[in-house]
Amino acid sequence: MVHGEIWTIKELFVYPNEYIYWSIQIVMYPFMTGLVAGAFVLSALYHVFGISQLKEMARFALVFSFALLFVAPMPLMLHLQFPERGINVLMTPHFTSAIAAFGIVIMTYGCIVASELWFLYRKHIITTVLSLREKQDKTLFDRGKYVLFNALTLGTYDVSEVALHRDEKAVKILAGVGIPVACFLHGYAGFIFGSVKANALWMTPLMPVIFIMSAGVSGIALSMLTYIVTMEIRKFLARRKRLATSRSRGPSVEELRGIELNEMQITSKYLLIFLIFSISLELLDLIFRGYTAVKSWDVLRSVIYGKDFFDIFVLQYGIGNLIPLILFSLPRITIHRAVIGCFLVLVGVFMMRWNVVIGGQTFSLSFAGYMQYNMPIIPHDVETFKEGLFGAITIMSMPFILFWIINKIFPVFTESEQG
Amino acid sequence: MPQWRVVIMKNHAVRPLLVIICIVVLILLVRIVYVPKDFGIGPAGYMYGLHREGNEAEWKAFKVKYQGRELCKDCHAKNYALNMSSPHRIIQCEDCHGPAVDHPDKPANLVIDKSRALCLRCHFSLPYPSSGRSVIKGIDPDAHNPGIECAACHNPHKPMEGLR
Amino acid sequence: MTTRRDFLKNVALGLTGMALPLSAFEIIDPLKLMAKESLDKAQVRWVFLVDTYKCTGCGMCVSACKNENEIPYDANVTRTWVERYVVTKDGSVFIDSPKGARDGFTTAKIDLLADGFKEIRKEDIEKAFFVPKLCNQCDNPPCVQVCPVGATYQTPDGVVLVDRKWCIGCGYCIMSCPYGVRFFHPVLHVAEKCNFCYHRITQGMKTACVDACPFGARRIGNIKDQNDPVTKIILTERVGVLKEEYGTKPQVFYRGLSKEVK
Repeated sequence: MVHGEIWTIKELFVYPNEYIYWSIQIVMYPFMTGLVAGAFVLSALYHVFGISQLKEMARFALVFSFALLFVAPMPLMLHLQFPERGINVLMTPHFTSAIAAFGIVIMTYGCIVASELWFLYRKHIITTVLSLREKQDKTLFDRGKYVLFNALTLGTYDVSEVALHRDEKAVKILAGVGIPVACFLHGYAGFIFGSVKANALWMTPLMPVIFIMSAGVSGIALSMLTYIVTMEIRKFLARRKRLATSRSRGPSVEELRGIELNEMQITSKYLLIFLIFSISLELLDLIFRGYTAVKSWDVLRSVIYGKDFFDIFVLQYGIGNLIPLILFSLPRITIHRAVIGCFLVLVGVFMMRWNVVIGGQTFSLSFAGYMQYNMPIIPHDVETFKEGLFGAITIMSMPFILFWIINKIFPVFTESEQG
Repeated sequence: MPQWRVVIMKNHAVRPLLVIICIVVLILLVRIVYVPKDFGIGPAGYMYGLHREGNEAEWKAFKVKYQGRELCKDCHAKNYALNMSSPHRIIQCEDCHGPAVDHPDKPANLVIDKSRALCLRCHFSLPYPSSGRSVIKGIDPDAHNPGIECAACHNPHKPMEGLR
Repeated sequence: MTTRRDFLKNVALGLTGMALPLSAFEIIDPLKLMAKESLDKAQVRWVFLVDTYKCTGCGMCVSACKNENEIPYDANVTRTWVERYVVTKDGSVFIDSPKGARDGFTTAKIDLLADGFKEIRKEDIEKAFFVPKLCNQCDNPPCVQVCPVGATYQTPDGVVLVDRKWCIGCGYCIMSCPYGVRFFHPVLHVAEKCNFCYHRITQGMKTACVDACPFGARRIGNIKDQNDPVTKIILTERVGVLKEEYGTKPQVFYRGLSKEVK
């Protein structure tokens, strides 16, 4: 079977070489880069605009954005027929192609986030190195940590007021510079689709903008959701430890202040702004297509209002956009409502990527036929694993695994230092 | 001490930038080794011509399979002459017999396909007056001697001669 | 004490040193960027002529192409194919291309894939015809524009080729071709498409499909040669191209192109 044949069902007239070539991993990639960009923008809201209630959320979002950044190239590695040649994009980039921007953009963005994290955690790195240096009997983990942290100091041990002030200034500058770069990281993904004139659904100048707004929505929602869940888990663990042991180590349940409702309210306001922009642009695109009714409109209409009606109007617009819009607009937001709203928003953002990528391949280039995507559920070879449900689940879980690892080096929750 | 050294020593904020510069230089050095020497912008310009020049010669050297009927006519003179005197003269020998490649060395024998499917490609009757198809004499395979090879009665090289 | 002059001198030296490896990118050489003019001076520009009046749908071209270009015979992909159009009296258009017409059209029933077969009565047929399709070797090939690594390119004589050793298999070129001529090679897993049998035409031979066609429905020529019979037809007769609105400037010309053709 040729690539794509096993999960494509063709109907009526489809060109012989047409299959659904861009499947679940190409849905995952813009989803992941959207989360990266959105989480970074959320973090920048504190560092650049000084919204002080977002301080803890900002630190968390930045580290999470860094974890997500490592996950972002993974769907591409799983999708490429030759992942080992993926480096060609860095070696001989053809800049007339939007995909060629990938190498440069992700490295630029990675450097900015890494640098910002370094400035943010520099004091912590130096104090850790100095305390480890004095420690007499180091475990293997301690020795490894010492080597790593020593390297991370980049040769400077200055923790004077002047130096720390420079750190703060650097963070602010990097966060400011990083916002347009983060927008570009996801905007270019929108450009990848929007510039393909051969695909009647993808081709629109609005695509990069829709993607950026949608990215903001998803990044903020995921950051909120993970933050809430993490704080609740820590409270639960602290409570259990309190009951189990008599000695207290680490913060008490009372010291773990939990989520401040105030933080939630402010963050969800920004979520709402991006959500409204995102919905408006997508509806604008749809209305324009229907109004201008160009050659592709007949087949597009049959896809949007027919075959994909449930995916688009019920899952994406209904559950993913309308219900969260109502939930976040109602006054006196609660944590429970925020959690549900964030989760539904993420479903909506995922469905948007799905409806663009898969939806764009639901109709044939001939405009006289259709293709149906049956995502492989149970893998029976490498390809059906990589481009199937289990490949998607692997990618989905990686940010949380990586975040847990990074948290060991750059601890996000500073209450533990005071414990 | 030179000025730039002083700047680096005094302001630690420059250090991540130095790391980044090192990474960029490293990538450029790897590039020198990794990218083939003939990779560059061809005559078609940057947009349409960025490629590895050696690939053009690789494609030109691709093996030719179909040799054309001139190759067949000396050794297979009888069938060749028969074919050229019939309406089937418009069909290349290799269309039915497959590509000659290095025949008679390799393959030693070409395919002799006597299936009905081969003949039905043109001779399955399709009622399409606006196409060249309607000019060809066609049959309904379910009505015209079903199950029997066409070649049992028709000589493929001169189909209407000596009908058995 | 460093003077400003020294500082500037050092910066200039540093930048020059960095420019050496940067120049390897070549994109900052304006002469190379304007190189398209040299294409206009080339002696050969390959063009193709399809005559849909003559095509009978025998599929010999598809079969020959598969053999010549080593595309696995049973794989459901092909560098070239033939489409059948049947227009009925009520205006409905039925189109199919069973296995790309690799085995010809040996049934009057239209193959609608997952929707089964459609029987059409002879009396209902208003017109029916066959349309061979292949890579248009466009003058503005969108597939070349979107390749992120420069693995596909246009030769000076107009043919678009794929570098099998450099292609990373992202599929962007396949998605950006409006004509659907590209696919992944079933064995080599790189991007693949018709290349006008480049290995044959550069040796003075014709493409495998042109040779295989018994009816002269396929012809290849050089648009720069005024005496080429194919060129004469393209320039003097009424011919059409596919999907002109995309601005790709396709170089496969069709006699008898009808409005129903997709």
